[in-house]
Amino acid sequence: MAREITYRDALREALREEMYRDERVFLMGEDIGAYGGSYAVTRGFVQEFGPDRVRDTPIAELGIVGLGIGAAIGGLRPVVELMTINFSLLAIDQIVNHLAKIYYMFNGQFTAPVVVRTVEGFGQLAATHSQFFENYFAYVPGLRVVAPAVPKDAKGLLKAAIRGNDPVIFIEHSLIYRNRGVVPDGEDFVLPLEGAEVRREGQDVTLVSWLRGYYLALGAAEELARAGIECEVIDLRVLRPLDIETIVRSVQKTNRLVIIEEGWKSFGVGAEIAAAVQERALDDLDAPILRVASVEVPMPYARNLERLVVPNKDRVIEAVREVLYRRLPVPAAD
Amino acid sequence: MTSTVDGQLPGVALPKSELLEMYRLMVLIRRFEEVAAEQYALGKIAGFLHLYIGEEAVAVGAIRAMDPADHLVTHYRDHGYALALGLDPRRCMAELFGKATGLVGGRGGSMHFADASKHYWGGYAIVAGLLPIAAGLGLASKYLNQRRVAVAIFGDGATNNGAFHEALNFAALWKLPVLFLCENNQYGMGTAVQYASAVREMYRKACAYDIPAEQVDGQDVIAVYEATKRALEHCRSGNGPYFLEALTFRYRGHSMADPETYRSKDEVEEWRRHRDPVIRLREQLVTHNVATLEELAALDQAVEEAVAEAVRFADESPEPDPATLTQFVYADPITIG
Repeated sequence: MAREITYRDALREALREEMYRDERVFLMGEDIGAYGGSYAVTRGFVQEFGPDRVRDTPIAELGIVGLGIGAAIGGLRPVVELMTINFSLLAIDQIVNHLAKIYYMFNGQFTAPVVVRTVEGFGQLAATHSQFFENYFAYVPGLRVVAPAVPKDAKGLLKAAIRGNDPVIFIEHSLIYRNRGVVPDGEDFVLPLEGAEVRREGQDVTLVSWLRGYYLALGAAEELARAGIECEVIDLRVLRPLDIETIVRSVQKTNRLVIIEEGWKSFGVGAEIAAAVQERALDDLDAPILRVASVEVPMPYARNLERLVVPNKDRVIEAVREVLYRRLPVPAAD
Repeated sequence: MTSTVDGQLPGVALPKSELLEMYRLMVLIRRFEEVAAEQYALGKIAGFLHLYIGEEAVAVGAIRAMDPADHLVTHYRDHGYALALGLDPRRCMAELFGKATGLVGGRGGSMHFADASKHYWGGYAIVAGLLPIAAGLGLASKYLNQRRVAVAIFGDGATNNGAFHEALNFAALWKLPVLFLCENNQYGMGTAVQYASAVREMYRKACAYDIPAEQVDGQDVIAVYEATKRALEHCRSGNGPYFLEALTFRYRGHSMADPETYRSKDEVEEWRRHRDPVIRLREQLVTHNVATLEELAALDQAVEEAVAEAVRFADESPEPDPATLTQFVYADPITIG
């Protein structure tokens, strides 16, 4: 059996189920208790589980992650929340210099299984609250970086992250919390913490993305289908470890690749994918790999300017047209 | 007021065996470090080597006061803590040599000693980074209703860092069983305390968080031991964190690369001659007839042999197997790629 629920509810179910399953699981973060969480993911949790297991913290991101590390070493299963990924920069020393290193540096003697939940997105929030930093974390050996686009993955991957023994940076997106999708029933629905998924099959061009970018890819693919162009759409789901094989297999079929990412193009996840694909499948490519990404400016506040910065469906369609070397009679949107 | 019991120091309840063990461990740390410096000069040890010489009483006094179940995290000048915990000097030296038999298999080197079996969760080399981790260990202890205290040992330099203040605030806010033990050795690398900290006494910084705090003579192993015992009892009884500042001094440079242009030889000499923790305990033990010079000399000799054996062991041990290079990046399997 399965039900259709929102991305937010998928996350809520994952957290609740794991908290009931394992008393060592607890939550810690800014405004997750009395306030209910900035994006309402933990609304009602403090009433349900009490303040020991749903801990409101000071605004001290480095401390939040550091305490998570210590708590994990001490035998707990912390799920810490950084209110947005912008604030993760305050915690990056604990994440990169400590969390990611502990298992290796101390020769496998102990692990720090911390799940760091955080969220990216935009919405006229200006330069410091509209950033995409998954590449900062995906760069680091020792971390797993998860970025689910659909409710099923949000639930199954979050549960896997909590049950696993590695540190996980779990990145959500503020603009997809209300998106709905089918999620299997059962508390033991847990997904492996690796592997991309081909969500739409096609033979003309491969579109790769994650989080909200996946929905842009899907929207473009649907529109292009009306013009006879069949896109294969891959949702990465997990950025580290990166499932390059699934992308390569698709490119071997389509011979064309467009990557959609919301962050800046330079030094981004898309750059890594493009490099890895050409290492394995240069001869399969019939066109340069294109990246649809944000314009490289600090995010402006004004609505019209912000719209110019972030990728949209039209820019994805334009990129597909470019790699196909043809003009497309794209029908106007309904 | 104080009566002298045979085999004890006046006013100190510790048995002779414990006093001699403290003495032995301090001498062991001192000689281990001196020999490590020699091995560094010979090219057997590379990278950063931060020596603990002069500060031995802090590690020994504090760690001997801990319960075996207590947690320990420390900064990177960490050889003394491992030795004070009773870890094998051979495995400590082998780690400095970058050998497979080292405490952490040659993966960490001088700055990252650890031993999970002793709840020594490691030496950390980003100044102040260990402090939130210590608070988290305290949180785990409290959450699990254990009576374990998390002991954090760090330097005066760490107290000027944001991580220090976040950790103290968390620990006090949530009444976590954490002992913050600050080794004030007067210098953060080459910068004297008065040029780095608006407050000269580190323990006063704890007052901002309503954490009880005191200063102790870090060159007096008995004083460190007793202060730590009291502090641990405070934490263990559910009263929240405690802050101890041990005044001490590092005789050697910050690392082997340190030309020591920032302080005078006289200053170092003053501490060596008049405030040395090993000489102090030796004199106390002899003056109060706890031990004879011959007994102590026998301990010195045993240490000498143990350190020589540690070097021999480290030298003869194999390097890490290259096949293990990518082991322990992830605890759970990765099947793709």
